[in-house]
Amino acid sequence: MKKILTSLALIGLVAAGTGAAGTSAIAAEEAHNAAAPTHFPIDEPKEMSWSFSGPFGTYDKGQLQRGLKVYKEVCSACHSMNLVAFRTLSDLGYSDAQIKSLAATYTIHDGPNDAGDMFDRPGKPSDHFPAPFANEEAAAASNGGAAPPDMSLLAKARGVERGFPQFVFDIFTQYDAGGPDYIHSLLTGYDQTPPAGMVIPEGTHYNPYFMSGVSLKMPKPLSDGQVTYDDGAPQTVDQYARDVSAFLTWAAEPHMEDRKKTGFRVLFFLLVFGALVYMTKRRVWADVAH
Amino acid sequence: MSEGHSTYTPKTGIERWFDARMPLPRLIYDSFVAYPVPRNLNYMWTFGGILSIMLVSQILTGIVLAMHYTSDTTLAFDSVEKIMRDVNSGWLLRYLHSNGASFFFVAVYIHIFRGLFYGSYKAPRELLWILGCIIYLLMMATGFMGYVLPWGQMSFWGATVITGFFSAIPLVGNWIQQLLLGGFAVDDPTLNRFFALHYLLPFMIAGVVVLHIWALHVVGQSNPTGIEVKSKTDTVAFTPYATIKDAFGMIVFLFIFAYFAFYLPNYLGHPDNYTVANPLKTPAHIVPVWYFLPFYAILRAITFNVGPINSKLGGVLCMFGAIAMLFLVAWLDTSKVRSAVYRPWYKLFFWLFVADAILLGWLGSQPAEGSYVFMAQMATLFYFAFFLVIMPVLGLIETPRRLPNSITEAVLEKNKGGSGHPAVAAAAPQTKG
Repeated sequence: MKKILTSLALIGLVAAGTGAAGTSAIAAEEAHNAAAPTHFPIDEPKEMSWSFSGPFGTYDKGQLQRGLKVYKEVCSACHSMNLVAFRTLSDLGYSDAQIKSLAATYTIHDGPNDAGDMFDRPGKPSDHFPAPFANEEAAAASNGGAAPPDMSLLAKARGVERGFPQFVFDIFTQYDAGGPDYIHSLLTGYDQTPPAGMVIPEGTHYNPYFMSGVSLKMPKPLSDGQVTYDDGAPQTVDQYARDVSAFLTWAAEPHMEDRKKTGFRVLFFLLVFGALVYMTKRRVWADVAH
Repeated sequence: MSEGHSTYTPKTGIERWFDARMPLPRLIYDSFVAYPVPRNLNYMWTFGGILSIMLVSQILTGIVLAMHYTSDTTLAFDSVEKIMRDVNSGWLLRYLHSNGASFFFVAVYIHIFRGLFYGSYKAPRELLWILGCIIYLLMMATGFMGYVLPWGQMSFWGATVITGFFSAIPLVGNWIQQLLLGGFAVDDPTLNRFFALHYLLPFMIAGVVVLHIWALHVVGQSNPTGIEVKSKTDTVAFTPYATIKDAFGMIVFLFIFAYFAFYLPNYLGHPDNYTVANPLKTPAHIVPVWYFLPFYAILRAITFNVGPINSKLGGVLCMFGAIAMLFLVAWLDTSKVRSAVYRPWYKLFFWLFVADAILLGWLGSQPAEGSYVFMAQMATLFYFAFFLVIMPVLGLIETPRRLPNSITEAVLEKNKGGSGHPAVAAAAPQTKG
């Protein structure tokens, strides 16, 4: 067994060596040119500290409520959230009555009724968030040709490649906040001046954290003081960005707390059971040289 | 092993009743209790058992997932999200199933590398090895089709790229591609037939697994020394010796599997697969799931034409050739010594080959441009050289180390050299079980 482990370590070293050699070769190949970058994002997302990170991570309900407020008052003007039902907002600490009245503030297009007509009615807890546009084509037409992405899964659908050897360390640190880190960095990454000589296409906005190019169609969505918080949290772009990123993480992975709690029990059981089986194994094999 | 050596004696009335009519208890007893296994098996030999439980786990979680999944292009993505959000413990089933596929491959790769290291494919185990290769092929087909089912961006574009390979085959290529797709592009018929096949293939795997285990029980297990079992002292009974060791190996493996499924469930996936498939929008980099990456790197390494073979067909041939190599190792390896333990040069090249496979995997995840292409070409060259040059030549020129006369002798020698363990091995280990 020791031999196998040494060999494994050796392979790791060899692979690491070749990998590093390859990356540096490529870095050398592409002379750095700030005005015409070839790899995106230009700046890596900033790693934030999130309440939901780590094996015992939980959502901060106050933060999720603030994030919902940012979504409702800002993002939802353009971004749908088709997969999230009002009833699931109980995860954020809202009572049934609160959810009922929140849902009722939305108008849902429903039907056909007995007479065969479509009609509008107030929302119910079982409804999902209604989309801001009737269909994707309408969304694209109102937003310069590209429909704003649905936000239900955005926190899992975005993530900048971590690269070697970071992706190995991520296993041990349980880094799974690539999505929220990216969203937070992007939302706080506007207002920067592009390097001299960089061409920013008309109708787009420079953002060094955008992962698919030098600029994106979405203009800077948040500004200080735009959303009023009633819990005393700072009303800054940075705080809004954190809150909405946390909210979107919940929207994408509503059962995360349950998952991590179950995971801890499973691993604990396997650890104890494994120890017992190992001792039994030692006992069984005690009289046999092997 | 075979019926002739059965040591089963039915003790109760019901056992005698069964034994006279359909000796199933006898088969189970002979295969999983009395079955003799070499006493020197290390933990690398626990992966057969680990693979069996992974197959069962995949089938069980998969059947329940299929009860909630809809294989229609307009509904598939949302039906998976319905499982994740609204089905009781749906998130658990789906993460166990998607990470289970990855860990199934982790186990099969360790199992295959173990076979290559200890020469487990050599006579009389060629057929056993080939059946294993068939299982691996079926696993790849199953894994590929399973990845298409959530109908995300990588599902769609991965399916487009991989089915596109078939069009490179001369004359019949387009016909095969259209048969696979059920049309001219990946669409509803593709998703439906992939779902049907994804449900069918695991049961075919289970069938070949039965053959694999049957063949194993005819020839017996190989072992780290590569020396055949010669006497009763070389073996121990499957139960309790192998069962308890397998159980411990399984628990360690399940621990790592659970760590990923519960804490890093999306680590091995791709973020783009959480965006619904869009035939009009190609992702920046189309990458297959990690377990296909070495073959993907080989496919893309062929950037040049060779005579009448263009680079696309060349890539496809190399990719399938890379898998075909595995089927042939029993005849490519000319060495009379089985285990790499006694083959210093083969051992060195084996580990280089492992490093090469890992390097190819990493290259498969990188864009095919710049120096990556050259590195992939070199790594591909070594991959084939390992099978076609090193294996045959090394067997002829290498001087192996002295082989012990028997497994028992090897064990006793090792324990004399090692510290502590009193060599009580002389006592026949067969007394238990």
